[in-house]
Amino acid sequence: MHELGITENIVNIALAKAGEAQASKVAQINLVIGEMSGFVPDCIQFYFDSLSKDTIAEGAVLHFESVPTQLRCRDCDTIFRPQDAVWPCPKCGGQSVEIFKGRELYIESLEVE
Amino acid sequence: MKKIEVIQNILEANETIASRNQQLLDKHKVFAVNIMSSPGAGKTSLILQTLARLKGKLNVAVIEGDVASTVDAEKVQREAKAVVQINTRNMPESCSLIAAMIESALKNMPLNNIDLILIENVGNLICPSEFALGEHKRIVVSSLPEGDDKPIKYPLIFIDAHAVIINKMDLLPYVDFDIAAFRRSITGLNPKAEIFEVSCRTGEGIERWCSSILEQVEAKVVRRQKSDS
Repeated sequence: MHELGITENIVNIALAKAGEAQASKVAQINLVIGEMSGFVPDCIQFYFDSLSKDTIAEGAVLHFESVPTQLRCRDCDTIFRPQDAVWPCPKCGGQSVEIFKGRELYIESLEVE
Repeated sequence: MKKIEVIQNILEANETIASRNQQLLDKHKVFAVNIMSSPGAGKTSLILQTLARLKGKLNVAVIEGDVASTVDAEKVQREAKAVVQINTRNMPESCSLIAAMIESALKNMPLNNIDLILIENVGNLICPSEFALGEHKRIVVSSLPEGDDKPIKYPLIFIDAHAVIINKMDLLPYVDFDIAAFRRSITGLNPKAEIFEVSCRTGEGIERWCSSILEQVEAKVVRRQKSDS
């Protein structure tokens, strides 16, 4: 739903970095997206194809690395994967948790020619 | 083929504008609150109640974010010091306000005559959680008919909230909403979040919410006056 603005940022960052490296073509953009971040890869790809037209990033492959959600129990520090929608700590049953991984949203690297 | 390391946050552009907005607000001693909820939870009603209670105590402005229409802006017009309506329908983000929209709205506001800006975000529990606006406080309004499972279904928005307002408390006898379970979910995700139980219809609990806001606005202004001197 809100992927258009995000994709504009991806195209802008990729073009700026490729420009700095004096590249003539962006072949691949490697993205890291946390499972909880709420962004849909297919949707980013759809916008990317249209936004990158007539730029050196046109036709670039978007590679998504998805980071699974991991939580940390505030009581005993256990790090665990949440099961379904309930999040108690599997070790101590604690209900106070924070997100340890899964909110990532960044460009890791570019492959250019 | 050559690989270039980037490691750059994709939301950085928004975050840069958000921190610029906050600097501008701080310069003018304005406190900003980002009000988020699903559609129909009572954001506008909460704003109307807050405007009525804070009248004569603070100069309050409102930024209304909606996909379309000026219905909400018209409702708050009479009591607010200034109102800016943002329609997101044709913008890059239609499902949330983003920092750039607030930046333009602030240009049309008499910041020197404003103490508090209430920002009504687009009704949505997903997208607004990703976009900082430059606000000092983020609050989520959750209402009884929505059910007590919202923090479990949409954790991000609750994790980042400074306060959660449970609205429509007057409906408690008529709906299956477990207040204790809801509070447990919020506290588990976000132990620091303040929780307010209110009814914008009857006015129950609004006094406590408004005192808290008033206290925070005053504390900020006083603190800044001290550091200025």
